[in-house]
Amino acid sequence: MQAASDDVLIGRIANGDRLAMQVLFARHHVRVYRFVLRMVRNEATAEDLISEVFLDVWRQADKFEGRAAVSTWLLSIARFKALSALRRRGEEELDDEKAAAIEDQADDPEVTLAKKDKGAVLRQCLTKLSAEHREIIDLVYYHEKSVEEVAGIVGIPEATVKTRMFYARKKLSELLKEQGIDRGWP
Amino acid sequence: MNTTNESERSELENLLPWHAAGTLSVREAQSVEAALARDPELKRRYELVREELAQTIHLNETLGAPSARAMTELFAKIDAEPKRHAAPSLNLGARIAEFFGALSPRTLAWSAGAAALAIVLQAAVIGGIAFREQSTGYQTASVSGAASGDGSYALIRFQPQATAADITRFLETNKLSIAGGPAAGGLYRVRIAETKLPKADRDQRMQALQSDKIIGFIAPTE
Repeated sequence: MQAASDDVLIGRIANGDRLAMQVLFARHHVRVYRFVLRMVRNEATAEDLISEVFLDVWRQADKFEGRAAVSTWLLSIARFKALSALRRRGEEELDDEKAAAIEDQADDPEVTLAKKDKGAVLRQCLTKLSAEHREIIDLVYYHEKSVEEVAGIVGIPEATVKTRMFYARKKLSELLKEQGIDRGWP
Repeated sequence: MNTTNESERSELENLLPWHAAGTLSVREAQSVEAALARDPELKRRYELVREELAQTIHLNETLGAPSARAMTELFAKIDAEPKRHAAPSLNLGARIAEFFGALSPRTLAWSAGAAALAIVLQAAVIGGIAFREQSTGYQTASVSGAASGDGSYALIRFQPQATAADITRFLETNKLSIAGGPAAGGLYRVRIAETKLPKADRDQRMQALQSDKIIGFIAPTE
């Protein structure tokens, strides 16, 4: 038996099929959770948000037109919810310096390891990027979204997606250099 | 390197993250591949991108998963929502996909068999009418050339996971028609050409059909 496609599940959910909702949730909730968690940096808030995201899917499934992939639609809703939660928490002004300071203060065993492992340093630097840069890196590398899909999720032109990705990577290189790793780029 | 090449390189370099993630169009991916093959510096930078990709995945995968609380809360909220009346979806494609998706391969095979039988019966009825008309002396100019024994045929078994849409697409694309079946083992007799093909042509035609992923078995037949 072939698994029902996401589009088919959404059609069933629009008709009130609870089981279809369970299947869709099981299929996507971990990735949505990780996307949200990277934005809000709080596990309890991220858990609250994913149930809100999927509740919106339940309520709005009949409005889904299938112009984008369901996973893209889910991330768009998740992003909106996460930004609203950040605004409620008054953290929307969290800038790079503050974020970096929070990370630096954390007693992270990875920091020690980082000195030996280039991969660990890179991961550490990824956590120090601004929210905007983290978001685009995650969407492209982890959530495997095309330029067009990222533009749709973030609500920016495709050309901006490419330049934002460039600057996110440039910032990453600068952070690596501060840690003693010169990649010779840009 | 001149300005045009610099700008082209920069354009292609901007696409490297999507190339590494496999989300470029075929045309763009080919352009990037060609550039990587001729530009060692671009290739070096591509390795940096691949490193970033690997570590981003690693980082996200270590974030863990939500507890069961998220699901429990979601379904408690869903249960508290007003009862929804099932309404037909407006998306015809999704409805068709859902219909065939809901059928098990066995059901699908029976359905396809029933459909094929209906086609055969229909052909028999039409053939019978044509025969009666011929016997009463009426004959059109085109009937004489359309002898039912002509044509080249193959026995085909479709893959169990092939959907009705796949089979329809396969038959239409290759201009085939089901002449009989399903016989034991889910075999269909399919007309692959309107005329009797020479062996070499028939073998070539069969080979082309065999390359389709929905074909489980194919053999020539009379």
